Amino acid sequence: MRISRDRATSLLVIAPSVLAIGIFVYGLIVWTGYISTVQWDTLRPDYTFVGLANYQAIFAQNRFLMDIRNTVVFTISFIAASLTIGLLLANFIDRQIRAEGLFRNIFVFPMAISFIVTGVVWKWVLSPGTVETITTAGGSLLVSRPQGVNQLFGLDPASNRWLTDSHVVFLAPDSPLYGFLHSVGLGFLTSPNIGIPIALFSLVIAAVWQMSGFVMVLYLAGLRAIPEELKEAARVDGCTEWRIFRHIVFPLLTPITLSAMIILGHISLKIYDLAVAMTPGGGPGFATDTPALFMWQTAFRDDHFGRGAAVAIVMLVLVAGVVVPYLVWTRRQEVEA
Amino acid sequence: MKLPSRQILAVISVAALVAACTSSSATTAPGGATCAAAANAVQIEAVSWWTTGGESSGFNAIINKFNCDNPGYFVTNSAIAGGAGSVAQAALQSRVLAGNPPDTFQVHMGHELLDTYVTPGYMDNLDDLYSANGWTTQFPKGVLDIVSAKDAAGATHYYSVPLDIHRANVLWYNKTVFSSNNLTAPTTWDQFFTAADALKAKGITPLAVGDSGIWSNGMLLEDVLIGQLGADKFNGLWTGTTDWASADVTTALNTYKKLLTYVNTDHSSLSWDQAADYLIPASAGAQPKAAMTIMGDWAAGEFDNKGFTDYGYVAAPGGTGIYQALADSFGLPTKAAHKDGVKKFLTLLGSAAGQDIFNPYKGSVPANTGAGNPPADQKQYSTYQKWAMGEWKTDTIVPSMEHGAAAAPSWKGAIETAVTSFVANPDAAALQTALVAACKDAKVCK
Repeated sequence: MRISRDRATSLLVIAPSVLAIGIFVYGLIVWTGYISTVQWDTLRPDYTFVGLANYQAIFAQNRFLMDIRNTVVFTISFIAASLTIGLLLANFIDRQIRAEGLFRNIFVFPMAISFIVTGVVWKWVLSPGTVETITTAGGSLLVSRPQGVNQLFGLDPASNRWLTDSHVVFLAPDSPLYGFLHSVGLGFLTSPNIGIPIALFSLVIAAVWQMSGFVMVLYLAGLRAIPEELKEAARVDGCTEWRIFRHIVFPLLTPITLSAMIILGHISLKIYDLAVAMTPGGGPGFATDTPALFMWQTAFRDDHFGRGAAVAIVMLVLVAGVVVPYLVWTRRQEVEA
Repeated sequence: MKLPSRQILAVISVAALVAACTSSSATTAPGGATCAAAANAVQIEAVSWWTTGGESSGFNAIINKFNCDNPGYFVTNSAIAGGAGSVAQAALQSRVLAGNPPDTFQVHMGHELLDTYVTPGYMDNLDDLYSANGWTTQFPKGVLDIVSAKDAAGATHYYSVPLDIHRANVLWYNKTVFSSNNLTAPTTWDQFFTAADALKAKGITPLAVGDSGIWSNGMLLEDVLIGQLGADKFNGLWTGTTDWASADVTTALNTYKKLLTYVNTDHSSLSWDQAADYLIPASAGAQPKAAMTIMGDWAAGEFDNKGFTDYGYVAAPGGTGIYQALADSFGLPTKAAHKDGVKKFLTLLGSAAGQDIFNPYKGSVPANTGAGNPPADQKQYSTYQKWAMGEWKTDTIVPSMEHGAAAAPSWKGAIETAVTSFVANPDAAALQTALVAACKDAKVCK
């Protein structure tokens, strides 16, 4: 087979990046997978095969189970809030308002900031301030010294704990569902490792602030691509604006929604920088800990490189669970088109 | 062919990187002479995480002294920014693993060095330097115990040179708050709780803690253990001779549980320095948010930087006469490229003269007991440092777990995990169970 000159040139041009990605992405994934099955527990590599012992070790740690809980709660609330706010902002901008460019830039700008900066600033904002209880013969008296958002809005730091809230909402032992789950052998679902840590929403707020502008841009492009004729036709048929949105615009935005979900989803599953900037120790009772933070500490602080690699592989599987179906779906779309 | 703008950008950024990587060829000391590298000087790379403030000024001063006195060598400070070496550690580890370590590097003395680098065989011992320079008599026994390890045959070897000593167990308090409430600085935990109750009744938070990085809460745990167990049994916790399941530890953990009810409610959103700032009144005459904080003696630097002078200090409750020490030390990697030069440099770092150059800037005390009188033309020690030096020479020395001296990093990690859970759910029995398990996992307890 003769390769044409053009083709040879293009192969030559892409070869370096294919090679680099092959080694530094796929090669290292394989390497990490291998490391996750060896003994490596000190700075000196130890390639004694231990099978799945590292995976057993991490799943035996409550901290890792809480991290998975946090990831699930964070991912769901972060994606839902970012999509909702992004869609609202896009519709707002799409109304042909004055100074559209200005508003668009204002909303998108947070995306240009690194998560570390966002985290540091939101840590200041969401530090609740202190409360001191004075107990006297007549009862107790609260002395509040609010900070940040509590000071701004006159909220009481005693009930608005933000980043410092150690509560995890989960099934109470006296609820009917608790008894039911235990009776059908699903008692593990009632452990505190399953639940909604309140402090985590402080991280969600910061992440949504940063990413919803980006979602807005995606939606705006989608909205602008919808032919005006479709909406006109619906208006002629007597549809209300809400029904037009609900039955014409929103379905046509499905690909956008899906893309946004994938992009946000892989950010949230891997999130490290925001968590380390806001709560480097994982928050009260690991309420804001993430698998990436756990992985870093396991590998580089505790020198358990095998276990760190095992966490990395679990994270890879989680992300792949989101990304691979998307890739399959987009490929199918392309084939159809 | 027209070059796309992106390619031009890439070329420029690579060029900029190369320029940035080229090391400087002269060192300067604050207010001192500058010594340039001789053309044929052997370059020695010292990695530290000192990038700002007094610590980098001090390190540059001692490097400059070395470079001026040893024209055949030229030490460069490749600093990696990041608090307490959290970032430097990972960067350093990958270089050591790759067999390309710097000539010498900063590491906390004790188990952070021993377990991470010495046991796997990455470091040379410094026995010849210790005997040639008389350090075995100039450094206190407590320090010699921490920087040394026994080999399989039972012989003791020294592995790093401590440049500075920080004290971890210090209680800092606002003097005006204490005097206006007729309180004196507590020296036992009972006295602490009496004073704390009096402060609480006035609506002042007794103890400021900032444990968004959990280590500062772990330090409180160490302080109650020192107070309950005393120096010998506290040391025994880290060598396996004191039982973590013992009743003494149970008592200490209950004290710890009680202690955490006297701290600021927002501790988990603050860093240690933000918590220390709670001692500083918003304006002259105003009441500060908190009256005390327990922190290492780098807190003095924080107060001085903020222009706050109304602070007093004593040993943390129960720690009078016990100096809980941590140190930044430098060692000799087996694969260091210029060992002769490194040994010369380490000799200066361990000497009384060298330590008197560095420590006045750093806010720490010299590990070498012969130091303490810098020449008049150098920076002098502060009031706090003079007090601490006096204590250093007479106190019993115990190692700090949170700052790498007492326990291996993985053991510290397990303790911090237990403390993080305890902060959210203060169950002393569960904490003790976790601490017992952590000691077993560290293979120190059976």
